[in-house]
Amino acid sequence: MASAADLHSELFLNALTQVSSRFIGSLGTIIVKCKDLRVIQLDIPGMEECLNIASSIEALSTLDSVSLMYPFFYRPLFEVIEDGWQLFVPEEAFKDLESMTDEWRLSEVNKDFSVCPSYPSLLTVPKDIDDESLCKAASFRHGGRFPVLSYYHKKNGMVMMRAAQPLTGTNGRRCKEDEKLINATLCAGKRGYIIDTRTIAVAQQAKARGGGFEQEANYPQWRRIHKAIERSNVLQESLIKLVEACNDQSHSMDRWLSKLEASNWQSHVKEILTTACLAAQCIDREGASVLVHGTEGTDSTLQVTSLAQIILDPACRTIRGFEALIEREWLQAGHPFQQRCAQSAYSNGKPRSEAPVFLLFLDCVWQILRQFPCSFQFNENFLIMLFEHTYASQFGTFLGNSVGERVKLQLSQKTVSLWSWVNRPQEMERFLNPLYEPNNLVIWPSVAPQSLLLWEGVFLRWNRSTKCLDEAYQEMVHIIEYNKELQNKVNSLRRQLAQLETEDNPLQTP
Amino acid sequence: MEHIRTPKCVSKYVVEQVKLLDRFSNKSVTGTLHLTATHLIFVESNSTSAQEIWILHHHIASVEKLSLTTSGCPLLIQCRNFRVVHFVIPRERDCHDIYSSLLRLLRPVSYDELYAFSYNPKQNDQQREEGWQLIDLAAEFERMGVPCDQWQLTDVNREYKVCETYPRDLYVPITASKPIIVGSSKFRSKGRFPVLTYFYQEKKAAVCRCSQPLSGFSARCLEDEHMLQAISKSNHNSRYIYVMDTRPKLNALANRAAGKGYENEDNYSNIRFQFVGIENIHVMRGSLQKLLEVMGTRSLSMTDYLVGLENSGWLRHIKAIMDAAIFLARAVTVEGASVLVHCSDGWDRTAQVCALGSLLMDPYYRTIKGFMVLIEKDWISFGHKFADRCDQLDPDPKEVSPIFTQFLECVWQLTEQFPQAFEFSEWFLIQIHEHVHSCQFGNFLGNSQRQREDLQLKERTYSLWAHLLSEKQNYLNPVYSPSFAESHPVLEPSTQAYHFKFWRNMYHQYDRSMHPRQSILKHVLTLKESNRELEGTVQALKTKLQKFGVSTSPLKPQTPPRERSLPPRPQSLILGAPLLSRKEVQQEEDEEVIGEEAREDAPASTGGERTVEGNSATENGYGELKESFGSKNEPSVVTLEFGVARMTC
Repeated sequence: MASAADLHSELFLNALTQVSSRFIGSLGTIIVKCKDLRVIQLDIPGMEECLNIASSIEALSTLDSVSLMYPFFYRPLFEVIEDGWQLFVPEEAFKDLESMTDEWRLSEVNKDFSVCPSYPSLLTVPKDIDDESLCKAASFRHGGRFPVLSYYHKKNGMVMMRAAQPLTGTNGRRCKEDEKLINATLCAGKRGYIIDTRTIAVAQQAKARGGGFEQEANYPQWRRIHKAIERSNVLQESLIKLVEACNDQSHSMDRWLSKLEASNWQSHVKEILTTACLAAQCIDREGASVLVHGTEGTDSTLQVTSLAQIILDPACRTIRGFEALIEREWLQAGHPFQQRCAQSAYSNGKPRSEAPVFLLFLDCVWQILRQFPCSFQFNENFLIMLFEHTYASQFGTFLGNSVGERVKLQLSQKTVSLWSWVNRPQEMERFLNPLYEPNNLVIWPSVAPQSLLLWEGVFLRWNRSTKCLDEAYQEMVHIIEYNKELQNKVNSLRRQLAQLETEDNPLQTP
Repeated sequence: MEHIRTPKCVSKYVVEQVKLLDRFSNKSVTGTLHLTATHLIFVESNSTSAQEIWILHHHIASVEKLSLTTSGCPLLIQCRNFRVVHFVIPRERDCHDIYSSLLRLLRPVSYDELYAFSYNPKQNDQQREEGWQLIDLAAEFERMGVPCDQWQLTDVNREYKVCETYPRDLYVPITASKPIIVGSSKFRSKGRFPVLTYFYQEKKAAVCRCSQPLSGFSARCLEDEHMLQAISKSNHNSRYIYVMDTRPKLNALANRAAGKGYENEDNYSNIRFQFVGIENIHVMRGSLQKLLEVMGTRSLSMTDYLVGLENSGWLRHIKAIMDAAIFLARAVTVEGASVLVHCSDGWDRTAQVCALGSLLMDPYYRTIKGFMVLIEKDWISFGHKFADRCDQLDPDPKEVSPIFTQFLECVWQLTEQFPQAFEFSEWFLIQIHEHVHSCQFGNFLGNSQRQREDLQLKERTYSLWAHLLSEKQNYLNPVYSPSFAESHPVLEPSTQAYHFKFWRNMYHQYDRSMHPRQSILKHVLTLKESNRELEGTVQALKTKLQKFGVSTSPLKPQTPPRERSLPPRPQSLILGAPLLSRKEVQQEEDEEVIGEEAREDAPASTGGERTVEGNSATENGYGELKESFGSKNEPSVVTLEFGVARMTC
């Protein structure tokens, strides 16, 4: 079976999302649509053979059980030098925090994932709040996701926290512990911002289902700002429409633009980036702490908190830092990767929980990268690689929906971590940005529609030839490397000369 | 100057405490406004970042006095290079003086008033002359291999008697006698008979251009038919020639009622007639207007942006021109057929298609010098009406149209698809666009060669090409590869709709907050320059070492060394380095010096924090938290420019 897929190139069966077959005479054609948005056509003579292959592919690409998936059978052909599963543990991140402030502590309240199933076992919370209060605050937040630290801004000591919506319901429930918890993050006399990623209307509606938002009366030290980041099913629709538009080569200019517009993808990018910039602005410019949440706190919330960190924190723009950010703000923070990234754009049915939340985040990072091409240690390939591996991978990193699930699946024992592979120097080379020059500044991207572009590297990847662009990129790399080489040469020659001159001098003076 | 209304009768009019509002955010800066004979200058009073804005009067397309506000009298100025400035002048009286002075200044009534006639770059007559001699069209035709056994130079238009809007020197088939030429010219609109514009030597195929025939519903002209026959016969590779009418069929049909029209295939033997469907100057003008209107909207949403882009039709028109040029290039290079291109008068769409088609076929036109030659040939010499289209003299608004801008944009779209094919970067295109409207140099003045000769431009003004060549290093494409031209002599761009993008650097050139804060182009260009210097340093050091008797391996240059040393950075104020105000150029030079010093000691780090352009949250407009709340307790509404902006507390 695997040999059929080998025809073109190596394709992982879990990378396929839709298989269809048709016949002309006895020549069968199988169309395979992949999660990385590629479409492949296989011509197979013989009706029976073709049908067999199609049904095998179908069966193998729609496995129900996680433990039957490829990562569990994959054995690396490389030596694991640095185990990616051990790279980013919360204790290490907390050590960094401790060196800057003593206002926070690491709580084990969620040790057995019972307080909040989607949170990791260790959480950073204000020092003065005990575990009992945390439990009470958890019962007041959707899915038990009480406010926890997301980011500490070293420059001015302001923090960004994230949570899920408060369960105020229609009768305006309140929770003293929750109020106390988030107030504990404010300096005396200071106030903070709550960024609710939903519109006020959506937030109001949530009350009917037991959700809601922080009432001004109960949170007088906070100002609430509502933004309009869309929810999962809308985003999935958007992706499907966008990919459809990109794949249709027959479009006239007007039709292309109107389809691009109708997909709304670019609007989502703009809205998410704008909200992230706003959060960063509150922290860095206003000197105020921020709490971010939407409904569940596992999607738009994470988009905002992680992008804000890329804007604010130069460490997140390095490869290691970016991996740590994904690990911290997405994997450990409980973004349900397995539910969100099951089918990609070609899904047959409409799985309710499928949504390109993480892809949108990567798109936003790409937009910032485009605007600050010298500020990132990684290049576009790195982001595309991450996109591929969230949907289909031989590595276990993006399996499961939470830390709890991953522990149950014993992923760290049974599968290989993506980071173990990526961080090998041989692989890393492809992902390094030759233009990178570290800068410690906050980088403010432009969110004007004219400044935001379609991410061609993903969406037009299989529809256009990039030969000319790739060659130009190589030429640029060559210029940069030649420059380094020349500088080294000049320096070594100078040293040589200086040495000769000092050796020479005593001889010249009688 | 007598046109400047001033209270004290000085040559410069100065207004203090003028506010300059940012186009897209609520930001503003205060400074002084100077009105001189040639420029409107705004100098920011802030000491540290004092920016200067120089606006040439010729660049101003419109001045508008808006209704009085509490802070003063607003003046909105829109420029032809897509700069939009919004001043607020404290006193109504001052505002009115500036307004009426500008109105007079930006409507010159005679050519003598244009900047080119007073602009003096401190060159002597010889240098001026050399500048004008840089481009030699006779040499260009020679380069193409013309005259040859099938094509010759005709002197029929030496005195501009046959066609006023054509150049003196024209190339026609050997077999086209004078009576045929004259006869054909009488059958063509404005006398613009078929002449050679590009010769594809490899296949001996010709690209010819003309205007529409005066065929009406049934008229024919034997000389004109002979003329086309002669063009066809001069190419032995193909039995037919293409006649490309670049207009939509409907427009051509409508022209028949006015006694004009298109070639009837029955009357002309062996022609293949083809409509292309590029819209006329009026549609293009409207389209650009719509585009600019949308792009100028504050807090533009993504939906409005994309819908506006679509409704303006701008990219559709760009694609239509590109499609036509590709058709032309394929006919010539693949089929080896000669092509005759025309539209109505043969100086707008025809110029676009011939020039762009030639650029696709011939790598020479993708070099800096070659591109100048191309513009000189297909646009200037063949009589694209720059004065009318670019609104140089007190104009007829119906004649204004961004035809040349579209051509530049098509070239830009190509540079996006083929980053290594062009010797120049987009700044070269933008700079040319700037000067087409600046009237600072003589090249684009007037509507035809004849008019330019009458104006004695070569004696009285300077050539843009010499100026641009002197700043060549600013316009180089660092990843240009001459070997690309060898492997891709003919460019075959894709015209899938998604390849056409909005040209932000052109239409938002002056809206700095919209651009990437770090420019790859600038960065790599600097590195390339530094590579050249370092190569020199290595050589010098080696020579020194040799004196000590140390032998060194010769440096293997990875890029061929340059023959010429490069001239210093430009000093011109407004039209200097792309995107940079004078201040920044200075700053950049300083930075380079620092880099140089650092390199001597510590090769790895170039030291210092890099400045990131426009590095401020407020410049970007995702929401200015108008009021920061420290100890203030009163409830307030915080407006955020983007998104849901209200919150009460």
